[in-house]
Amino acid sequence: MEEVIAIAIGVLAASGVWLILRPRTFQVIMGLCLLSYGVNLFIFSMGSLFIGKEPIIKDGVPQDLLNYTDPLPQALVLTAIVISFAMTALFLVVMLASRGLTGTDHVDGRERDE
Amino acid sequence: MTLMNQLIVMPILLPLLTAALMLLLGEKHRPLKRRLNLFSSVLGLAIATTLLFWVRDQGQAESIGVYLPGNWPAPFGIALVLDHLSALMLVLTGIIAVCALLFARARWDSAGASFHALFQIQLMGLYGAFLTADLFNLFVFFEVLLAASYGLLLHGSGRARVKAGLHYIAINLFASTLFLIGAAMLYGVTGTLSMADLALKIPLVPEADRGLLHAGAAILAMAFLVKAGIWPLNFWLVPAYSSASAPVAALFAIMTKVGFYAVLRLWTLLFSSQAGASAFFGSQWLIYAGLITLAIAAFSILAAQRLERMAALSILVSAGTLMAAIGFGQPVLTGGALFYLVSSSLALCALFLLAELIERSRSANEVPLDDDDGMPPPLESLHPPKGINLDDEQKAVIGQVIPWTMAFLGLGFIACALLIIGMPPLSGFIGKLSLISALFNPLGLGVATAEPLSAAGWTLVALLVLSGLASLIAMGRVGIQRFWKPEERPSPVLRRYECLPIVILLGLCLALSVKAEPLLRYTQDTAASLQTPDSYIEAVLGTRPVPGPASRDTEVQP
Repeated sequence: MEEVIAIAIGVLAASGVWLILRPRTFQVIMGLCLLSYGVNLFIFSMGSLFIGKEPIIKDGVPQDLLNYTDPLPQALVLTAIVISFAMTALFLVVMLASRGLTGTDHVDGRERDE
Repeated sequence: MTLMNQLIVMPILLPLLTAALMLLLGEKHRPLKRRLNLFSSVLGLAIATTLLFWVRDQGQAESIGVYLPGNWPAPFGIALVLDHLSALMLVLTGIIAVCALLFARARWDSAGASFHALFQIQLMGLYGAFLTADLFNLFVFFEVLLAASYGLLLHGSGRARVKAGLHYIAINLFASTLFLIGAAMLYGVTGTLSMADLALKIPLVPEADRGLLHAGAAILAMAFLVKAGIWPLNFWLVPAYSSASAPVAALFAIMTKVGFYAVLRLWTLLFSSQAGASAFFGSQWLIYAGLITLAIAAFSILAAQRLERMAALSILVSAGTLMAAIGFGQPVLTGGALFYLVSSSLALCALFLLAELIERSRSANEVPLDDDDGMPPPLESLHPPKGINLDDEQKAVIGQVIPWTMAFLGLGFIACALLIIGMPPLSGFIGKLSLISALFNPLGLGVATAEPLSAAGWTLVALLVLSGLASLIAMGRVGIQRFWKPEERPSPVLRRYECLPIVILLGLCLALSVKAEPLLRYTQDTAASLQTPDSYIEAVLGTRPVPGPASRDTEVQP
């Protein structure tokens, strides 16, 4: 399972970085999205990956990390998802404003040959 | 828990509540919102000042106030910690906020929607980032202040702002992902996010995990260095700051200091001399990154033509100086750096405000807000146009009264230039002097040191002097072009609220140079307490939650 998660994070991050370096704003925003997905998975996997462990407290199971998954990364991921979602929405607005003001979707506000 | 401990959370709650109130008020009631915003900012400054004096008057050991917002003991819950360093940063933020706001009252706050609410949210993020003692909570406050700063940067709209804002948001979103990766790696290795607990756990990290720990810390540091404006992560800064509206840019003068604060706080806690195999990890990187930033910024300042751009580059100069100075890990030097931080932040804030007033007399069509500086104007333009005879016999200039606005702008500009260059008699000189003196006498004046100054130390001394020289040349040139050029121009109209903050800021700098000792002593205490993080760790981990009314009898189950 570690390999699958690692490959998934790697592919997401690599595509994200490649897209961020592209000249069109839409590609940049997609890159940031993919990158934040990769980071969310990464935070999640930092709490160590287990199969079949209890996520919430259950009667009769001793309350320690041997029997439960680590709850903290889940809380962190939730916060990170909300924040990155909001920031992406905000970025989208600025992107539209930039498109309206400059008439191009190039990140520099003008085409290269101008 | 005393009243003072309760007061620690107020700098965060007050702007939050004010901002909520303003959103309820909607787009109408602008005069009311102005008054409310000013009242709240001044109250925040008063609270910060109270906290500063409280911290200073306590003894060294008990001078750390801890507040547990969720009433959970420290390694499990989030803690807010007030020590010397955070109190100093709170007061600095408060002063700059009040001044920027006074300036905005005159004109700028009506240039777009929700200025006052965004302003307060920005303050909340700043205060929170300076107070929190939890890594993830620091991330949240960073996002709060960034979200508000995106809005503020775009305040007033226009092509240049939107373009700079687009880059600013993209780079900061990327830095936020780096922050998350770094924090997650530190959590994966140590199993905690409380800064005090991290400091305890780091010496105990097994050798096999140490590489991972260092990688995590380095990635985390990248996120802070982007904010602090360290080369090569600072290309976003100059266009963004120089295209922002004046009060916003003045407020942003404290923003790079947030990155600096985070580096200083975490580095001194996590990689102190007690951190075992990780002691002073990254020290060389901080020094050299700071030196390169300083050199490049000082070099680029020579090429800058617009005053806003010069102010933004001066921010980079001060960021590089600060980062290089703390990298040495010497308490006396860090103390000097903190004094320099206060002085340079106030001066840069004043310069951003002045720049707008000075450039205002040039019409907006003539100077488009673009970050590409045009060719420098030819020096012939400095000669008087034909037909005006200025020789001694004709005495054409006698009897021309300098309008008070130009006199005010000129004197303010000279004061700012002196502060940034670091020339006597203003406090910039004391800041630079204490830095250089600390480099040569790392154990304090009068105590001979065994080892001579290192190559990096010599480089820093040389660059401090050279950057002052570069600023002198650039400021002198701009001053001549703006004030001495014999061309007809309407004298700018200044409003009372626009002059007041500049007078306050420069007056504070003047007070700092006359009464430098209390602040210098305070910053030295700060540096000394940063050097020994034990008291910080003990204060945070030793704070017990307040028992609730229901659980008085039974033990609280954490």
